[in-house]
Amino acid sequence: MSFSFTKENIKKIEDLKKRYPNNNALVLPLLWMAQEQEGYIPLEAMEEIADISKLPPMHIYKTATFYEMFHLQKTSKYNIKVCKTLSCALCGKDEIASYIKEKIKDNDLFTYSEVECLGSCHSAPVMQINDTLYENLTTQKIDKIIEDLK
Amino acid sequence: MREIKIVSKNFSVKDSHLLKTALKNGAYESIKEAFSKTPDEIIDIITQSKLRGKGGGGAYTGKKWCLMPKNPEKSFLVVNCDESEPGTFKDRYIISKDPHLLIEGIIISAYAIRAHDVYIYIRGEYYQFQKILQNAINEAYEKEIIGEKVMGHPYRIDITIHRGAGAYICGEKSALLESLEGKRGHPRLKPHSPQPEYLFGYPTVVNNVETIATVPYIIKNSAKGYLRYGTQNSPGTFLFALSGHINNPGVYECEYGVSMMEYIESFGGGIKGGKKLKAVIPGGASTPVLTADEVKKARLDYDSLKKFGSSLGTGGMIVMDEDTSMVKALKNLLDFYARESCGQCTPCREGTGWVRDIVASILNKEATMQDIKTLLDVSDTMNGKTICVFAPAVSGVINAFVNKFEDEFKSFLKSVK
Repeated sequence: MSFSFTKENIKKIEDLKKRYPNNNALVLPLLWMAQEQEGYIPLEAMEEIADISKLPPMHIYKTATFYEMFHLQKTSKYNIKVCKTLSCALCGKDEIASYIKEKIKDNDLFTYSEVECLGSCHSAPVMQINDTLYENLTTQKIDKIIEDLK
Repeated sequence: MREIKIVSKNFSVKDSHLLKTALKNGAYESIKEAFSKTPDEIIDIITQSKLRGKGGGGAYTGKKWCLMPKNPEKSFLVVNCDESEPGTFKDRYIISKDPHLLIEGIIISAYAIRAHDVYIYIRGEYYQFQKILQNAINEAYEKEIIGEKVMGHPYRIDITIHRGAGAYICGEKSALLESLEGKRGHPRLKPHSPQPEYLFGYPTVVNNVETIATVPYIIKNSAKGYLRYGTQNSPGTFLFALSGHINNPGVYECEYGVSMMEYIESFGGGIKGGKKLKAVIPGGASTPVLTADEVKKARLDYDSLKKFGSSLGTGGMIVMDEDTSMVKALKNLLDFYARESCGQCTPCREGTGWVRDIVASILNKEATMQDIKTLLDVSDTMNGKTICVFAPAVSGVINAFVNKFEDEFKSFLKSVK
């Protein structure tokens, strides 16, 4: 496949270039842009980013593979990320996690994973679906959230 | 015990994130005062206020700023909003409840260190809050609070949000700068003598969100006004926070030096379900745990927690009740560290995996006394032999858990006949 940024994104990239002293700084913003555009970051997008930032393609690949939130493969429509770190674990994460897993079993719309601290320890247990944070989870709340997305 | 609201004064105001509301509540009032002074005079005030970094390290802000050159060709202010320390969620309150306070602080701080370009590095997971902050920045541009001029003063300030992408280590300032430069978040070696940080080779200050948000208060109320609160070595206030087994988890701003137990009881409303307290991790997961007895004696300041072999860190307290399994809690934290080690240094990359596996074997009742010895031995190897403080922090966490709750760890051992 081939990849190119949309016209709007190309304009955004030109604006972004003015905000940094060096195009190397564009790597993360452009990886995000590619992911928002395609739903994931195909290899071709990384080559395009290498061209724009004038860096070796391997540098872009090296950077992209370091960060948890970049998807280099296609994903489901909804990525459920349940926080598993201490404060959530103390406040019932295990029960919530098994409930969610059961709830989305065999449904391709959803992918389940557990992530480290989402910075919402006071409203534990929490999860994120794509970019949206859901706090103070209960089984009733989960029912509603999942049903609304289906 | 009462809250002292310096940074959090507008948190409960309706629509506090909007410029209209913020202006009504005194936002940007300190700008005129700041621009009537020279950058060096502002650095002096901040130095006199003994403002300490509120991201976890507690370095004196004035000392950091003093390292910056007086006539830089180019310099940067970078605001650290990569808040990822487990138990910590205070900076998200500032950017979502009072983003204009942060922008006000940024203007003064950038002027003081003679920087025109400011980057706010924000963790990727905070996208919802990033949007609120971006909206506030857009409002500030529209009303010419920032941009080519700062409220009519001929000083250019541009603020750009830079989104991280899920890496705990990027909260370490040099890793954050590497990430901004488009690389993996690998911490840099520390210089042998005090120096500023460098971004793209230009001198740079990296400060935490809350530190910057405290600056307007100090400019308005003078260094003395800030020194009224707290203790001699921990002056002022801090957005302490509570999570875990507590009735009212949340962020409550309070002066340094108050009793930890009183804080937990008066703001947290005591332990959930009327249970007894077992332990508290005082300032984010990377600070060594305190037993209930220690919590009763501890005060929320740098000196007191140091005496208990721990540290104030981010002020995010994780409270654990009497039924908490300390082995399970340690295993949870070691899972975190094994996953988040950046992989640059061998003792950390390999060590975090080894210690996690050993504690997992203790939890599964497959370990012997020899395994606990090995655990402490590996922990020792991880301490002080790496580029950044990640591995030493893990080492401190392990030692505190195992030494302070030794009997509990031993009760999990396989009985040897």
